[in-house]
Amino acid sequence: MKDLRHHYEAPLRTTPFHDRIAAANVLNQWGPWAGYTTALVLEDAEMEYSAIRNTASLYDLCPMIKYRIAGRDAVDYLNRLTLRDVARVAVGAVQYTAWCDDRGKLLDDGTLFRLGEAEFLLCCQERHLPWLLDSAIGFEVSVHDVTAEIAALSLQGPCTASVLDAAGFDVSALKPYRFASFPFDGGDLIISRTGFTGDLGYELWIEPALALPLWDRLMAAGAYCGIRPVGSHALDIARIEAGFLAAHADFVPADQALREDRVRSPYELALDWMIDFGKGHFNGRRALLAERDGQTSEWAFVALDIEGNVAADHAILYDGRNREVGQITSAAWSPSAKRSIALAQVRRPHHAGAKGGLRAEIYALRELHYVKLMMTARMTERPFFAPPRRRTTPPGRF
Amino acid sequence: MSYDAAIIGAGHNGLVAACYLARAGLKVVVVEKNDWIGGAAVSRELYPGFTYSNCSYVCSLFRPEIMRDLELPKHGLQVLPYEGGAVFTRDGGYLATFRDHEANRRELMRHSPRDAEAYDRYSRDVMRHCRFIRPLLLRTPPDPATFRPRDIAELAWLGRKVGEMSEGQICDMIRFWTMSISDFLDEYFESPVIKAYLAVSAIIGTALGPMSPGSAYVLLHHYMGDVDGNVGAWGFARGGMGAITQALTASLRAAGGEVRTGAGVEKVLVANGRATGLRLEGGEEIAARRVLSNMDVKRTFLKHVDTAELPPAFVKRVETFKSRGSSGKLNIALDAAPHFPALPDGAPMLKGDLHFTDSVERMERAYDDWKAGHFSRDPFQDTMIPTMIDPTMAPPGKHFMSCFIQYAPPKIEGRDWTDADRDAFGQTVIDQIAEYSPGFKDRILHMEVRTPRELEAEVGLTDGNIFQGELTFDQLLFNRPVPGYAQYKTPIRDLWLCGSSAHPGGGVMGAPGRNAASEILRDLRAKTEMRQAYAVV
Ligand SMILES: Cc1cc2nc3c(=O)[nH]c(=O)nc-3n(C[C@H](O)[C@H](O)[C@H](O)COP(=O)(O)OP(=O)(O)OC[C@H]3O[C@@H](n4cnc5c(N)ncnc54)[C@H](O)[C@@H]3O)c2cc1C
Repeated sequence: MKDLRHHYEAPLRTTPFHDRIAAANVLNQWGPWAGYTTALVLEDAEMEYSAIRNTASLYDLCPMIKYRIAGRDAVDYLNRLTLRDVARVAVGAVQYTAWCDDRGKLLDDGTLFRLGEAEFLLCCQERHLPWLLDSAIGFEVSVHDVTAEIAALSLQGPCTASVLDAAGFDVSALKPYRFASFPFDGGDLIISRTGFTGDLGYELWIEPALALPLWDRLMAAGAYCGIRPVGSHALDIARIEAGFLAAHADFVPADQALREDRVRSPYELALDWMIDFGKGHFNGRRALLAERDGQTSEWAFVALDIEGNVAADHAILYDGRNREVGQITSAAWSPSAKRSIALAQVRRPHHAGAKGGLRAEIYALRELHYVKLMMTARMTERPFFAPPRRRTTPPGRF
Repeated sequence: MSYDAAIIGAGHNGLVAACYLARAGLKVVVVEKNDWIGGAAVSRELYPGFTYSNCSYVCSLFRPEIMRDLELPKHGLQVLPYEGGAVFTRDGGYLATFRDHEANRRELMRHSPRDAEAYDRYSRDVMRHCRFIRPLLLRTPPDPATFRPRDIAELAWLGRKVGEMSEGQICDMIRFWTMSISDFLDEYFESPVIKAYLAVSAIIGTALGPMSPGSAYVLLHHYMGDVDGNVGAWGFARGGMGAITQALTASLRAAGGEVRTGAGVEKVLVANGRATGLRLEGGEEIAARRVLSNMDVKRTFLKHVDTAELPPAFVKRVETFKSRGSSGKLNIALDAAPHFPALPDGAPMLKGDLHFTDSVERMERAYDDWKAGHFSRDPFQDTMIPTMIDPTMAPPGKHFMSCFIQYAPPKIEGRDWTDADRDAFGQTVIDQIAEYSPGFKDRILHMEVRTPRELEAEVGLTDGNIFQGELTFDQLLFNRPVPGYAQYKTPIRDLWLCGSSAHPGGGVMGAPGRNAASEILRDLRAKTEMRQAYAVV
């Protein structure tokens, strides 16, 4: 769009991969994501999910928000902003991290790529520019939204290392949470061993002009194993199996919550393992210290194994005395773990595993009527599905 | 013949109160001085084929509980949401607004990428304040000076609501209720035109500038309404704002109530400290067990009640109740839609509010003129073309344009307005529009120009204040209109206030009328179908 004033004629933009995805999207099912139109399902959600766990899948990540953070104080700044110690991230490495407001409540989680000594890329679901800029006061650092400047693609599944190899990119030495740069069509392709599926997989980062050639190269290289584009529905099942949190599904970002009682701390979202109190001051540190020392966390974030085979989306959780003690935030029937799984916010101390477990109130809509089920929900381990192949280096062929 | 209740004024609040009382079985009459009904919520045809919303022009505050209780949809009321709007900038550009979140974000981004994101945080914060205040609208404020169980319970309820907030939010709320809109917006935004657009709601109808402390609350007053649950959204009443009062009148008649027009009240009759009825201008007397005044508090007590019947401290408070007029209005019949070359062809902005003031500083300078006793030479206007959406108000292809103007003082340098002043005021507004819309003046078929003088003479708004008294913190809640008299009662028994001078204030909201009726029915222990205010979930 040359004349920016006309933006309202197409409120949802298309991503650099849109032409290919539109051609593959025979069901024509689209949904908005951060101002872009993205595929929910292209052909068949179950088959798409199956590609993620069986062969290789391609998912368009372009709408993910990306901030380029650079400048002399970039490390100090990011240490101030986020929970983990950024100094420990080597150039070429990726850190899964999270950040809080001054009251120690979670704003978002995301991945931080260290591109150079003083250059980073922060990828996340929500927009944070005012917060990132306000936090930068006193640091020599620049923060830019580069979402539209980078086309991103997620290639996930047990065959993805082989597919990349066939496409001419040797990633055999790449360990999880590492990235490397490869020449592609006169440009620079960055490949990171990261993803949202808890499986073997990679994310690819390229300038938008080279997006379609990259897509075509990967589709051709993966043809042998039936590589296929997947939509958000398939990915979300893999995401829940991997036990990753999603903003607005599992937590409300603290700066967006209208209701003050909806905000949660990292302790309440099981992200407290990230907190590095030893690294110096960071946003929310004082509040988090007080929460830790005073044991004042009110909520816990848990993984549940639900009796029966009906997905327990948004079910209310009860204790043995029929008191409401929590809420399921994400749920699915797990095709890989063969059980009904859920992520939930539970009021402490009920997370500690009450005798006989909690009970989930599930409403299954069957032929216009609800079938109401009260199902036992037991605490279990996250991730729900964790194949060893996700970590093996060099990666296997399938 | 004697009535259970006589209501002075067929403004929307008088009609709302009358409807509730009539539906509870009371014998009710509404007397209106004008030959038409509606007060400041009125539609009139002053030029053949065109319907004007002569005073108020957009609807959001009107409580949905009232529409439902009084069956207004059945009696013809339709409220239409609208989209669009633009602020024109002096460099030939504009800032538009869109209902679609992404379109709106992209538009803000054209002016400031940072502000585009800050806007969400701003909306969240304003919405939090709305969530606090909305439940207060349909409740009678507690009187903190009495020890009646009901006042104590109501104070405790308020206290609990505050108690649910974090310390940080309580601080934010107190700051927000007292600060200037300019300071408030500076905490979020950097772009002058974005700030100018958002400051608008904080100065409408109020004798404050955007830099005056207290103006931020006025913004909230304009955000706390909704259209079908979309909090902060505004719409048009189909057929003009008079459609609201026409539907209320139909509802009242269906419940057995009467409305008399052309019946100006001269005096409220008082005997032994109690109101006993009314004397009309022609001398006719109407006996009533109780009298409700829809007139503002100053007009009611300083013009139509014998002051000898009133405590002097009360009279003094009423005299100093601030109701300084600050607004004017132009209603224009147009031969064709105006053309604004700055906008892309076919763009939806003309369906919403049009502004020509692109910085808060310019608004403040417009206010400086008001302080000096003059109408603004570079006025601020909130201009709309309802016929872009509503097909009923003008012949096809022709348009009705409503221009709400600030600032216009109650008096010009201390003397009364003259016709020449009024015409000069109108000309200033027309000239401003024509700067952005060449050929605009040639499309004008007819024009109604209203200054505070006309608003007072016609609607009875003292000094032309559109809210029957300014919406500043010192005149809200249990201090509105006068401390000790915020519960719709007055020093004279059986004389009640039911207009916008009472809590929760002005705007086409209906809440003062409903709350007054609720108090009366409570005193009578009468049965009512008044539904509970919708819960804020
Ligand atoms: C120019 C203008 C624009 C506005 N724009 C908007 C808007 O867009 N949206 C919005 O929500 N609000 C708007 N408002 C505010 C809103 O219209 C008013 O606050 C509201 O209509 C007041 O209603 P009311 O019933 O309390 O009193 P009023 O409407 O003032 O009714 C009082 C009635 O009493 C009658 N009366 C007075 N004296 C006597 C007497 N002696 N005997 C008999 N009858 C008498 C009057 O004629 C009038 O009908 C605007 C107001 C004005 C003036």
